[in-house]
Amino acid sequence: MYKLPTFCSMPSGVSLWPRMFQASMKLQNEGYGRCTKVSRNVNLERLQKDYLFPEISKRELQHLQKYPNAKLISLGIGDTTEPIPENIALSMANYAHALSTTGGYSGYGAEQGNQVLRKAIVETFYKDVLIKDTEVFVSDGAQCDISRLQLLLGSKVTIAVQDPSFPAYVDSSVIIGQAGDFKDETRKYQNIEYMHCGPQNNFFPDLMATTRTDIIFFCSPNNPTAHAATREQLQQLVKFARDNGSIIIFDSAYASYIMDDSPRSIYEIPGAKEVAIEISSFSKFAGFTGVRLGWTVVPEELLFSSGFPVINDFNRIVSTCFNGASNISQAGGLACLSSEGFGAICSLIDYYRENAKILVNSLASVGLEVYGGVNAPYAWVHFPGSKSWDVFIEILEKAHIITVPGCGFGPGGEGYIRMSAFGHRESILEASWRLEKLFS
Amino acid sequence: MAAMNTNNLGTSTISSLSSAFLAPTSFNSRARSVPVRVKRIGVIKCVAAPQQEQTVYQTNVSRNANMAKLQAGYLFPEIARRRAAHLQKYPNAQVISLGIGDTTEPIPEVITSAMAKRCLGLSTLEGYSGYGAEQGEKLLRAAIASTFYSNLGIEEDDIFVSDGAKCDISRLQLLFGSNVKMAVQDPSYPAYVDSSVIMGQTGQFQKDVQKYGNIEYMRCTPENGFFPDLSTVARTDIIFFCSPNNPTGAAANRDQLTQLVKFAKENGSIIVFDSAYAMYMSDDNPRTIFEIPGAKEVAIETSSFSKYAGFTGVRLGWTVVPKQLLFSDGFPVAKDFNRIVCTCFNGASNIPQAGGLACLSPEGLKAMQEVIGFYKENTKIIVDTFNSLGFKVYGGANAPYVWVHFPGRSSWDVFSEILEKTHVVTTPGSGFGPGGEGFIRVSAFGHRKNVLEACRRFKELYR
Repeated sequence: MYKLPTFCSMPSGVSLWPRMFQASMKLQNEGYGRCTKVSRNVNLERLQKDYLFPEISKRELQHLQKYPNAKLISLGIGDTTEPIPENIALSMANYAHALSTTGGYSGYGAEQGNQVLRKAIVETFYKDVLIKDTEVFVSDGAQCDISRLQLLLGSKVTIAVQDPSFPAYVDSSVIIGQAGDFKDETRKYQNIEYMHCGPQNNFFPDLMATTRTDIIFFCSPNNPTAHAATREQLQQLVKFARDNGSIIIFDSAYASYIMDDSPRSIYEIPGAKEVAIEISSFSKFAGFTGVRLGWTVVPEELLFSSGFPVINDFNRIVSTCFNGASNISQAGGLACLSSEGFGAICSLIDYYRENAKILVNSLASVGLEVYGGVNAPYAWVHFPGSKSWDVFIEILEKAHIITVPGCGFGPGGEGYIRMSAFGHRESILEASWRLEKLFS
Repeated sequence: MAAMNTNNLGTSTISSLSSAFLAPTSFNSRARSVPVRVKRIGVIKCVAAPQQEQTVYQTNVSRNANMAKLQAGYLFPEIARRRAAHLQKYPNAQVISLGIGDTTEPIPEVITSAMAKRCLGLSTLEGYSGYGAEQGEKLLRAAIASTFYSNLGIEEDDIFVSDGAKCDISRLQLLFGSNVKMAVQDPSYPAYVDSSVIMGQTGQFQKDVQKYGNIEYMRCTPENGFFPDLSTVARTDIIFFCSPNNPTGAAANRDQLTQLVKFAKENGSIIVFDSAYAMYMSDDNPRTIFEIPGAKEVAIETSSFSKYAGFTGVRLGWTVVPKQLLFSDGFPVAKDFNRIVCTCFNGASNIPQAGGLACLSPEGLKAMQEVIGFYKENTKIIVDTFNSLGFKVYGGANAPYVWVHFPGRSSWDVFSEILEKTHVVTTPGSGFGPGGEGFIRVSAFGHRKNVLEACRRFKELYR
């Protein structure tokens, strides 16, 4: 029961629970059915079913209820599983403790993020490409930043996405009002340009066949296909954006998984600063999926058609619609980027990479057409002629493994299954064995 | 909260840049004759200039017209900028901040140790957790429901945990979309209006009345007891209402809130009730809109741990969307809000959530009440000071803000005067809307000695 606080000059212990309240409860209409006159937002009406990942969770729960003794293994939602390195956790714990001291307490932080952290991000990830710390905006994660970028851009811009792609780009576009209706025949929203990425085109869109849009979402290494665009491909992309006066939103959340010399940042491409925003995250880098920390880079050189710097408007969004990432998470971020922390993080990433290798090798060994697993913690498996939800169900029912059906990422994902490599080693080994059995 | 550093910007063609942080003159982005403060020497070209050697590349993406409607920067970064500028001018001044409502006292140990424990737990196999439910951790949702909404029929699954009320306000705007019209108290917390502009719900800013088109401003003044005369208020889809109020400190009583709920019901409107300061209430006023019968069918409530637990930097809040709240077609608002939260958000950080749970333990509640009591004592000191100086003073009893009237004077002028002469930062009332003109908001968050010193300086200035 909520005990109302007393003002310190009043007698203490006075319960101020309103006497009228009990009586008025009896009059309260507990029934449903009285609507307001506020129309539902048509953009939300347009959305097709639920967001993909809660749907996967729901299926997982249903399966657990059906088979309570099944040893369900999740290769579905890309959720990190390994503990955060001790020194990083300790840094956060110490920071939390310090908030109880006069010297260590801090209130509102800069909405753009802690300056030391911003500098560390630049030092770690953008040293050679001359991004400034003032161009880095710390956030509570890429998914949140994507929506803030949509708020920034407004409903009148057009977007292009890779097909398949991380569903938040399309869904946030629909929510903000950039998209038209969903077409059942094509499984696409109108007014969004879907850039097909498949084995035939080396998972890079045919830009000659791509209509100009204002914004181009591009994720590399890619979720879900795991393809990391080459330098030449990204040069093409930047040129395409420049020629069309478009803005690339480059999602580099998986950059730390790159093994070869594919670019880790769009800014490795000359001219990118004038055409690209980059978003990234500590989630898959440091196991911060629950801790919540990421960042977005908006270069000063990026200008709207009027010459107005995009960074000014993004700063305004961040100051008005956000209040900064949690200071404790930011302390953790800083620890991740210290030399000790970074070393520990790299070991974690190697661990997941090894998982990916095991998974991909297993699948390939039974003749499945599998992509990825090299530069990203996902395996992208092709089941030609099959429907991805059917394969999802088959794998779930027969092997008790949760995956993600490719069509959840767009029509270009139909016929594919995404398997994530996040998991305890034993689970990955067990899952690989089950899959080999299932598909051999 | 640091304002963006404008110094490093290069050869941008905008002249609107620096003026974006100038207040109080209303900023018209189309007026390019505003002088530019550019630090780096470079070629500044107008937009339509032909291609020459030193041209600046522009994309072909139009700026969001809604962003262009905004007047100046968000209020609080502007206050921070003024404070920083003042410190540069008077490097030895002991500047005291009673401006931005930022908590200053350390977080009680019972709460921080719970957070520290969660941090350490994350480095263990059993204690590690990845993505949490976007709606928030179950135990915390249950604790919020039972602490604040017990016996009101608000359940755990009506609660959505967030990283703070300000963020929730924007997510609610995303939910409502651009085709709704809103009403705000005047004056009010600037995020309601600004987020409405950004979302495209409003018209242009009208300089003569200092209001955006298509927003209903509900005047709240001493004369009407800081409660709007609803008989003169046009119907809107959404009504933002904050009580206890930021900035006026006024707390609506049961009758007033009953009127408000009735008004919303009759008009089929949705109230977004901001109860972030409810725990500062001394009087016998409702602490939540859901104390009013029928409110569940017309109201959303948003709240925050910021001012209760000193979580302004830690980031934790919540929004209540009752199951009974329906759109005109009968679709539950909570379902759409859930979709927003799953798509545009990924949950509050697990560490602050552990802190939130500790806040709502008996020991945590007691500790929070002590800190709140401390700030309330600060408020009393400030109220007494201005009263003794003969000012008309409002607020202070139910909120950590004191709303001081300076009749006939421009609030930015008073702000500047106070800053220049006493080195105390306050917040000019006009920053909260035209209804705030002639008032200054003094926030009561601060170390006791600073509050006492600030009051001493006020006494000197206004003797």
